[in-house]
Amino acid sequence: MSIYLNKDSKIIVQGITGGMGAKHTALMLDSGAQIVGGVNARKAGTTVQHKDHEGNDVTLPVFGTVKEAMAETGANVSVLFVPPAFTKDAAIEAIDADMPLIVVITEGVPVQDTAEVWAYLAGKSTRMIGPNCPGIITPGESLAGITPHTITGKGPIGLVSKSGTLTYQMMYELRDLGFSTAIGIGGDPIVGTTHIDALEAFENDPETKAIVMIGEIGGDAEERAAAYIKEHVTKPVVGYVAGFTAPEGKTMGHAGAIVSGSAGTAAAKKEALEAVGVKVGKTPSETAALMREILASL
Amino acid sequence: MDLFEYQARDMFEKHGVPVLGGVVATTPEEAAAAAEKLGGGTVVVKAQVKTGGRGKAGGVKLAHSPAEAAEKAGEILGMDIKGHTVHRVMVAQGAKIAEEFYFSVLLDRANRNYLAMCSVEGGMEIEQLAVERPEALARVAVDPIVGIDEAKAQEIVTEARFPEALQADVAAVIRQLWTVFTAEDATLVEVNPLVRTEDGAIVALDGKVTLDDNASEVRHPDHEALEDKASSDPLEAKAKASGLNYVKLDGEVGIIGNGAGLVMSTLDVVAYAGENHGGVKPANFLDIGGGANAQVMANGLDVILNDPQVKSVFVNVFGGITACDEVAKGIVGALEILGDEASKPLVVRLDGNNVDLGRAILREANHPLVTLAETMDGGAEKAAELAAAAA
Repeated sequence: MSIYLNKDSKIIVQGITGGMGAKHTALMLDSGAQIVGGVNARKAGTTVQHKDHEGNDVTLPVFGTVKEAMAETGANVSVLFVPPAFTKDAAIEAIDADMPLIVVITEGVPVQDTAEVWAYLAGKSTRMIGPNCPGIITPGESLAGITPHTITGKGPIGLVSKSGTLTYQMMYELRDLGFSTAIGIGGDPIVGTTHIDALEAFENDPETKAIVMIGEIGGDAEERAAAYIKEHVTKPVVGYVAGFTAPEGKTMGHAGAIVSGSAGTAAAKKEALEAVGVKVGKTPSETAALMREILASL
Repeated sequence: MDLFEYQARDMFEKHGVPVLGGVVATTPEEAAAAAEKLGGGTVVVKAQVKTGGRGKAGGVKLAHSPAEAAEKAGEILGMDIKGHTVHRVMVAQGAKIAEEFYFSVLLDRANRNYLAMCSVEGGMEIEQLAVERPEALARVAVDPIVGIDEAKAQEIVTEARFPEALQADVAAVIRQLWTVFTAEDATLVEVNPLVRTEDGAIVALDGKVTLDDNASEVRHPDHEALEDKASSDPLEAKAKASGLNYVKLDGEVGIIGNGAGLVMSTLDVVAYAGENHGGVKPANFLDIGGGANAQVMANGLDVILNDPQVKSVFVNVFGGITACDEVAKGIVGALEILGDEASKPLVVRLDGNNVDLGRAILREANHPLVTLAETMDGGAEKAAELAAAAA
């Protein structure tokens, strides 16, 4: 088991012929993920060549539309490596095709575009992860995104994080234990899948024994996650929040990582999480140590 | 990006929002000329700073003639308002105000849509109104696809309890402000106060606009001209020119990392380590991003080593997409390029993709300034120690 993504997931790549798309198609195949094709309207009918994780040649078809790709391949996941100016249209195309899961890796998407896509998703069956995220990995089974699949393998920990490299760092810290699924939800002000969504899914996933939740300054997603944990999560949760030393009013890389006024500080988030019994580490290594203690006591 | 009031005013005017005449000035002479241009009568000289509370600080003054406008501008220019030096004033047409209102529309992160806020009680700090008299502040959700259409504008003015006679006029201005919000890709458009003048016009007297940097990059090349290059830190300007994501902070340990989250975390870990080393702090935020190559690393080091406050540098890279050997080559290459200019110790922690290759490159180069660290915590500790020793 896992959340959102498993060995049976059939993945297409929107933007498979671009630089990022080609590079990460190769890496996803190398992880063992089932990549079944790609989409590029201008290159419909062509193919791209790759190797699978055993080194065998793979020929992937390029389709003109998501709908066609789904009909021909049975794809149920789409990973988007589309430039920011075209991300909204690409996402809406996938939503219109009733793609069950779309993972938007693209960084720099205008926030009004994401707001429109989110509004468009209302009442539709699609789940969106991202934008501006590393995607999702179920180690040993599948990878839809850019998380390195070589860090660690399968295990009892579920991880949800706003940040890509902090996800990698935490997976590395706990590489001897492994992960059920690690999901990077993205650092933009509006994202499709939230900490709360992932917490709910991990709570319902029998394979996940404990959860690491990584947040960062800006917004109040961590505070809302804390309220959710109190009411709905029975599994142990360990937290980490980045940005204690970030000054007010300065954007720290992620468009969402800005402290405005008293809202969104790391201290406030830590406090909210600790108030509901989540142990919060001061550093990634301390957070990993807290997770070790918890798993040892289960 | 936050805009100055005069930039917001100009943007409002461009999209048909009723505003009063306003001309920006950077010297008393320019202020006099601006007052002349506005008819030579009564004007308001307003400090242009990106912070609130300028009225209380003495940054807004009435002038009854061009000569007086120059005098008041002379008093305001150079003033310090909450740490912001006043480099410009806006000379604005005086208005006979009958009533003050409030309107804003902004990105609502929590609800993943937009929120319009409106009140017939304008002029005061809206945060204060929201706390003291929440019933006086209408909060209306706006669907990003539908936007503020006629019906939504009517809902907003009704909720805000505008008298019927004013509703149509205010709703019309609200729809024009919505045009500003969407056409310019703003995350905030705020008017405080929105006023009714004695002759009955609805006018946006003071505006605040925050633009979405992603959208400016993707589809608003004209927004670049709005950047306040003059007051941005020279190192920040240099970093920006190389396409680096850099924020100058007040500390001694220079930081380079990959990925916003990991760099933020590195700042924290260094600050904690500094507590045991004379209170040294991180000197900056610098994210070289995913897939960074040697040149990017060299550009980053160049910026950081030019910060005179920096006493040591901590390079903390987890190679996910980034390959550690590329990072190592970048460090070695940058030190070669910088030559004698590189005079500060570097602590380097590499993990992840091609880590063994990366470490081997650094060991082989055996540069006297470079120390390899095994872990993030260990590297932060070493960098703090070196900074404290050099301070």
